[in-house]
Amino acid sequence: MPTDRPTAAELVSAVKQHLQDNVVPVMEGQPAFHLRVAINALAIVERTMADGETMNRAELERLRVLLGEDGNLIDLNRRLSAQIEAGEMGEQKDTLLTHLRRTALDKLQLANPRYLIPRD
Amino acid sequence: MHDDPATVVLQQVLLEELAKVYGFGSTLADLQKLSGGASRETWSFDVSTPEGETVPLILKRDPVIVEPDGSISTEESRLGVTRATEGRLMELAGGAGVPVPDVAFYLSEDERTTEGFVMQRLQGEALGLRILREDAYADARLKLAFQCGHAAARLHGMQQTALPELQSLDVAEELAYHHELMSSVDHPYPGFEYGFRWLEERLELAGDAHTLVHGDFRNGNFLVGPDGLRGVLDWEIAHLGNPLNDLGWICVRSWRYGYLKKPVGGFGEIAELQAGYEAGGGGWVSEEAIRYWEVFGTLRWGMLCINMTFTHINGSHTSLEKAVIGRRTAETEYDLLQLID
Repeated sequence: MPTDRPTAAELVSAVKQHLQDNVVPVMEGQPAFHLRVAINALAIVERTMADGETMNRAELERLRVLLGEDGNLIDLNRRLSAQIEAGEMGEQKDTLLTHLRRTALDKLQLANPRYLIPRD
Repeated sequence: MHDDPATVVLQQVLLEELAKVYGFGSTLADLQKLSGGASRETWSFDVSTPEGETVPLILKRDPVIVEPDGSISTEESRLGVTRATEGRLMELAGGAGVPVPDVAFYLSEDERTTEGFVMQRLQGEALGLRILREDAYADARLKLAFQCGHAAARLHGMQQTALPELQSLDVAEELAYHHELMSSVDHPYPGFEYGFRWLEERLELAGDAHTLVHGDFRNGNFLVGPDGLRGVLDWEIAHLGNPLNDLGWICVRSWRYGYLKKPVGGFGEIAELQAGYEAGGGGWVSEEAIRYWEVFGTLRWGMLCINMTFTHINGSHTSLEKAVIGRRTAETEYDLLQLID
């Protein structure tokens, strides 16, 4: 890959860290709220750059087994959606539900892992 | 005073209305835009009447977007009632025994402002997490599920002939509406597809009552004081439909803010909600039916997140807040697939 260090992931981390350390302390009110939302978005990018590819490979492999077909992630997910809607996945219900739960967990690990930790 | 032109214009608009409502010579102080809210503007201010009384008020209006030519516009929303209808519903709900702030007056849309209404600013806390976490609300938390059940029963019992015109959807139509919304975006969601099938196969659990539905009846839209429920807020997606929608929605995990052991809003038990609902005149509702509507609500929250995602991506006005709420879709898909089998 034709890039020097810092990598894209390292740059995202640097921007996030800068906003947190130097901009958050001088902001208040609605701009401060939106800044926290922005930092949140960068954290999603950070986690996706670290783990997204591994998760995608595993999801693709599960989809190939479930559907018995090859294709890219979007195409196989479209096919799976269509088959669920048509009620054609009944025989594989347990495998299907395990796959859907695993995929949803991975998405959540990227989007908001704190959601998985109860407060009570 | 603020130099911000939007604030100056709004101040002028409000002063003119205040003269009509509270008398010539009424003054306005502490006009502040409150933070939060992805789709509406809320402002807080105090009026001093000519009689020397101070009235704390809240304005809720459609968001003002200033176009390059200086004119104002509103973002087109696919869901929900107008601000005039929202205010009217709150007035009627107050008359039916639902705790709500009194509506003081309305703003009509013109070249200076979008449509809005002004209501009494009640003292209390609306932030869900604070209600669940702070000691000041410890006693309130013990009563809230019952009080919410009671308030829901009162609003579901409101005379339909007296209501302003509202969208009416039965459960199958509402499922179809949300499914259509999901299909209209160019992205596959097999997890939600599975949820739609699960709900469609169990329609008999939904019940068949048809009443006014608040539509966003949850922790976060309740104004709470140390004594308990003081106001049911945010009537913007009210419609006619299955009343159990509201009882399931209050149980959706997102509105428990991490307090997962208490299924009702993070503060209460299903039995308390059922008891309050019965005491408010709504009759007895089974836990199975409430759980069905919790699944429905979880899926519906997912569809609202998807709607926000694609409003951000395809809309004429992008929004960071909408973009990031879009990723909350993952929370709802995760919850949905934990709830169903």
